[in-house]
Amino acid sequence: MSERAEPVLEIVDLSVEYRSQTGDVRAVDHVSLSLSPGEVVGLAGESGSGKSTLAYGACRLLRPPAVITGGRVTYRGRRLEGRSVDVLDRSPDELRELRWREIAIVFQSAMNALNPVLRVRDQLLDVVEAHLTMSKNDARERVASLLDLVAIPRDRLRSYPHELSGGMRQRVMIAMALAVDPEVVIMDEPTTALDVVVQREILAQVVELKQSLGFAVLFITHDLSLLIELADRIAVMYAGRLVEVASSPAVHHGPAHPYTQGLLNSFPSLRGPRRELAGIPGSPPDLRSLPPGCPFVPRCAHSRDECAEVDMALRAVPEAADPDHVSACPFVSGRSAERGGPAHGVSEVAS
Amino acid sequence: MTGTPVREVPAPGPTGVVVDSPAARRGPLVLRAEELSKDFVMGRGRSRGVLNAVRGVSVDLHRRAVVALVGESGSGKSTVAKLLAGQERATGGRIELEGSAVDASHRRDFRAYKSSVQMVFQDPFSSLNPVHTVRYHLARPVRLHRSLRGRDALESALVELVEQVRLTPASQFLAKYPHELSGGQRQRVAIARALAARPSVLLADEPVSMLDVSIRLEVLGLISELRDRYDLAVLYITHDIASARYFADEALVMYAGEIVERGPAESVTQAPAHPYTQLLVSSAPDPDALGSVLRSGSSAAPRSAGSALSTVRGCRFSARCPLAEERCRNESPPLARIAHDRAAACWRVDVAAPGLVEAHGGGGVEAMTD
Repeated sequence: MSERAEPVLEIVDLSVEYRSQTGDVRAVDHVSLSLSPGEVVGLAGESGSGKSTLAYGACRLLRPPAVITGGRVTYRGRRLEGRSVDVLDRSPDELRELRWREIAIVFQSAMNALNPVLRVRDQLLDVVEAHLTMSKNDARERVASLLDLVAIPRDRLRSYPHELSGGMRQRVMIAMALAVDPEVVIMDEPTTALDVVVQREILAQVVELKQSLGFAVLFITHDLSLLIELADRIAVMYAGRLVEVASSPAVHHGPAHPYTQGLLNSFPSLRGPRRELAGIPGSPPDLRSLPPGCPFVPRCAHSRDECAEVDMALRAVPEAADPDHVSACPFVSGRSAERGGPAHGVSEVAS
Repeated sequence: MTGTPVREVPAPGPTGVVVDSPAARRGPLVLRAEELSKDFVMGRGRSRGVLNAVRGVSVDLHRRAVVALVGESGSGKSTVAKLLAGQERATGGRIELEGSAVDASHRRDFRAYKSSVQMVFQDPFSSLNPVHTVRYHLARPVRLHRSLRGRDALESALVELVEQVRLTPASQFLAKYPHELSGGQRQRVAIARALAARPSVLLADEPVSMLDVSIRLEVLGLISELRDRYDLAVLYITHDIASARYFADEALVMYAGEIVERGPAESVTQAPAHPYTQLLVSSAPDPDALGSVLRSGSSAAPRSAGSALSTVRGCRFSARCPLAEERCRNESPPLARIAHDRAAACWRVDVAAPGLVEAHGGGGVEAMTD
């Protein structure tokens, strides 16, 4: 990992717990993840895996009963000129400067994230005026050019959110996130509610904007096949822990963790020969009663007694094509677990 | 195939256009919908307009066959399901169950129809009542649709229902409330509820789109298994064309209220003929796409969605279609046969899918301007 540029956002050992009367639930458990400038990192996982909690925790957007119980989040932006900011240490005022100006978020449901009683222009103006000092006219011009950026006609500035299609609303959300030129954009399932055709148009636009504006993206989704196409690196999360991190081609061609392998075998493929789909038996785990060791054991085809003692540390995958390929499973490696092969034809390193 | 043009007028026949249905090979016809249409009146006064949410849709459902209805949101696919389930009255067209026409005004007949045609909804979080147990959800339809005598008969029917959707131990699950179940388990309860009436047709409206990826397959597998065990005819409504490839025998692609293409699921997804189906297929995530727009970031200008307003002339896809020409903007193309088992509604299908049309000696599209 040494040759990569210094990360713009670095999450180290972050833990988040939800306090409740029936006991605390650890939603994010010692997770480390970094984002390099201009990089697209995909965070994949099922609902309840903690992927959104991790992202919101990294910008301290969580409210009680969620509590950050440990870890460090460091932000190093260009505008900070070499300084770094410890996000978890900031006062609320200092956080306000960091949020949106440096780290912006595109929320999952554009329908609920936009204010229904304000015109699009006023919502965008709000963001610009809160974070930048410029004249009213300049601010208006900036807002109009933001709509150009996401290919919405300028006459839509006077529209209310309900007058826009779902795709357009999501584009407004993206324009809003990019309003003050952030360096990190967190996208939380930004296109899940949209049709595939619209989804593709919007994502192509995001990539185009990323290339011209140079921000880094943390892209949260449950759609692993989309991430393989979109992201540079992919982190797979299960039950609050990262189980595998690797480049997209490495995840695609040699997934190492049984959970990742299972996820990839759950997707019907549209192209190529029909392959045997396996899915993952059982249901997502209940975080209140996790088994000792690896939380995936009850659903894993390769589980064995030693799994109860696995510490879930990410280890380098032996003989991996990507030198930075890490997995939390010490027993199964991805060498012959090609997609398209038999569902359980996975070679094992140990035993 | 003969050497003469294979293009046929979609005469008001049984399925609009005559093609060999791969679903028909699976089993006998159960439910036939002919030229269904549903109009909604929008607005009032001057801004009054008519939306043809569904226009001229014909569907045949056969026992042991899965027919997929694929389309984007707003394409009218859920409206088709509601028409078939009897939740909405059609503006036009007719529905036949086992050969006899269905009339919603005959209450008793209609109840019989409703127990034969059952529906599974998209969202298992809202389709189950949070204040009632699984037992309650299942006991009601069993009492309503089946004449069972005595507590024991009811109890064993309930146990059988939850067991056949693989929720075991049955007694434990019967006592649970929806919030105690995972999304996949809830959807199984919804499926069990649909089966409680002993239906011959199952209408599944996006049954897995709200579920986690890892459990979608299990639920689809369960529906397949139940289809085989009970000879069900299944209509699988989805926006995910890839799942239609794996799960369905026949695929119908809907756009702006109309069926624009139909054929065996494998050939429709692997060699789509209609420009819209081609767009849909090319938009699906493709991990193997090396020159993907998601890597290069060269986005095409976004286009507006198709309109189903009655004032729209010509092909409803023409505003987005790269092949559209004058005729497409003026005349609505009928769903016409392009191969022995396939049909598409496109004036330019000979250009859109040259290999397909030529292969069957049709030599392209004949003008149908009489």
